[in-house]
Amino acid sequence: MEYLLEGFADGLMRALQADPQVMRAAWVTVKIGFAATILASFLGLPAGFLLATARFRGRGLAITLLQTSLGLPTVVIGLLAYGFLSRRGPLGFADLLFTPSAIVIGLVVLAIPLVAVFSMTSVASVDERARETALTLGASGRLAAWTVLREARFGLAAAVLAAFGRVSSEVGIAMMLGGNVEGYTRTLTTAIALESMKGEFGFGIALGAVLLAIILAANLLSRFIQRL
Amino acid sequence: MPHDRFPLSSVVSAILLVLGLWADAPAAERLKLATTTSTENSGLLDRLHPAFERKRGVRVHAIAVGTGKALRLGRNGDVDVVLVHARKAEELFVARGYGVRRRSVMYNDFVIVGPASDPAGVSGVFDAGEALRRIRNSGSLWFSRGDDSGTHRKEMQLWEKAGVGAFGPWYRALGQGMGRTLMAADEKGAYAITDRGTYIALAAKGRISLEIQGPRGKRLHNPYSAIAVNPERHPHVKFGLAVKYIDFLTSAEGQRIIRDFRLMGRPLFYPDAKEAR
Repeated sequence: MEYLLEGFADGLMRALQADPQVMRAAWVTVKIGFAATILASFLGLPAGFLLATARFRGRGLAITLLQTSLGLPTVVIGLLAYGFLSRRGPLGFADLLFTPSAIVIGLVVLAIPLVAVFSMTSVASVDERARETALTLGASGRLAAWTVLREARFGLAAAVLAAFGRVSSEVGIAMMLGGNVEGYTRTLTTAIALESMKGEFGFGIALGAVLLAIILAANLLSRFIQRL
Repeated sequence: MPHDRFPLSSVVSAILLVLGLWADAPAAERLKLATTTSTENSGLLDRLHPAFERKRGVRVHAIAVGTGKALRLGRNGDVDVVLVHARKAEELFVARGYGVRRRSVMYNDFVIVGPASDPAGVSGVFDAGEALRRIRNSGSLWFSRGDDSGTHRKEMQLWEKAGVGAFGPWYRALGQGMGRTLMAADEKGAYAITDRGTYIALAAKGRISLEIQGPRGKRLHNPYSAIAVNPERHPHVKFGLAVKYIDFLTSAEGQRIIRDFRLMGRPLFYPDAKEAR
């Protein structure tokens, strides 16, 4: 265990002393994680709300597809996105491969089903009387919908936070679409993968602790916002 | 009740946040290099690239993968230049018109490593083929990269030359990079083939206790070349910059950095830019 502890202590020191490489990887992780979470929420939250409240043809199929895609392996998403983003692929002209944007695209695909399914369940569990009461009190349809969303806010926040945790701890998509370029697309997770290849296990675990600290900070931020 | 309004302001601020985060896109021009894990993991590129980047005011983005994948990225036009080690595959890459201006940059050698106790008795063996046959016959484990890398291709050539065509349960194809394969072999007391650079990088830091077991005779040459992606196939590649990068690697300065790069006092690569092609 000594070799692990030694590297871990050393790595934590490096992280706490704001080692530029650790800081850059942490920043790339935060930046990509926020962007992917926000974009996935824009698409996933309305989808989840719609699936929970509206009744339309193909709704059951859509739910089944979303729930199945929760199990989509990240390397498969990475491979598919690589096929699209490669110079030989349909989106190759945009020159996005091995950029942070490429990682965000892959992560949004990963996170949308998560946000949609989680928010669908939390909206569906809101008491139908909340909406009816709002309508009785003279609220417009839009305002009644907003009331339901407010009732479901803890579940919705959990959906968004779960998405942030998922995208910032993901490694396959970040590696395949970002290329692990130091200071540009190297996230904390791809840095951990690299350190493990180099046998620097303790340092890798220290980087993992930095990642957990970021996710903890996001949770605290979310609780703060919910209290406003 | 302020909560009863649609949260337009938070939607707008979320959009602004994303745009703000994205505003720090790279200012400098970037050259995309696909290379092998051995050049990146050893730390050589961290020595080479700052000098080139200062000189040209660009950023070199190194994507470290196996040689097979690096050549594939070059063929697809996803990178501008490759730095790889698999002579036959490189020649094919140039012959098919995927790459141009191939130049030798450096070399080291492949070695067979195994447990210090050397249960297969290969440490005194002159010929690599004989060493492999002994490992096969001894019932020892052999860990292979199994990932179409330059090292894996070399290994397959050696098995073929040794006349071993059938592999049993003693042969494990891991599908991992060099570092992970060596660490796995170390854990399980297996033999493996590796480039000397990656072995030194791990052994110098005490990460593995495997020892070099041969071959005693002719060295297993491991030459690295740089190739620019053919701009006639992929007009978007930064061909001019790729040529400048290759020129830098093969210049007196680049060759000196390669020669002086050491870990624990041991050189990992030897400069090799004599012959221009």
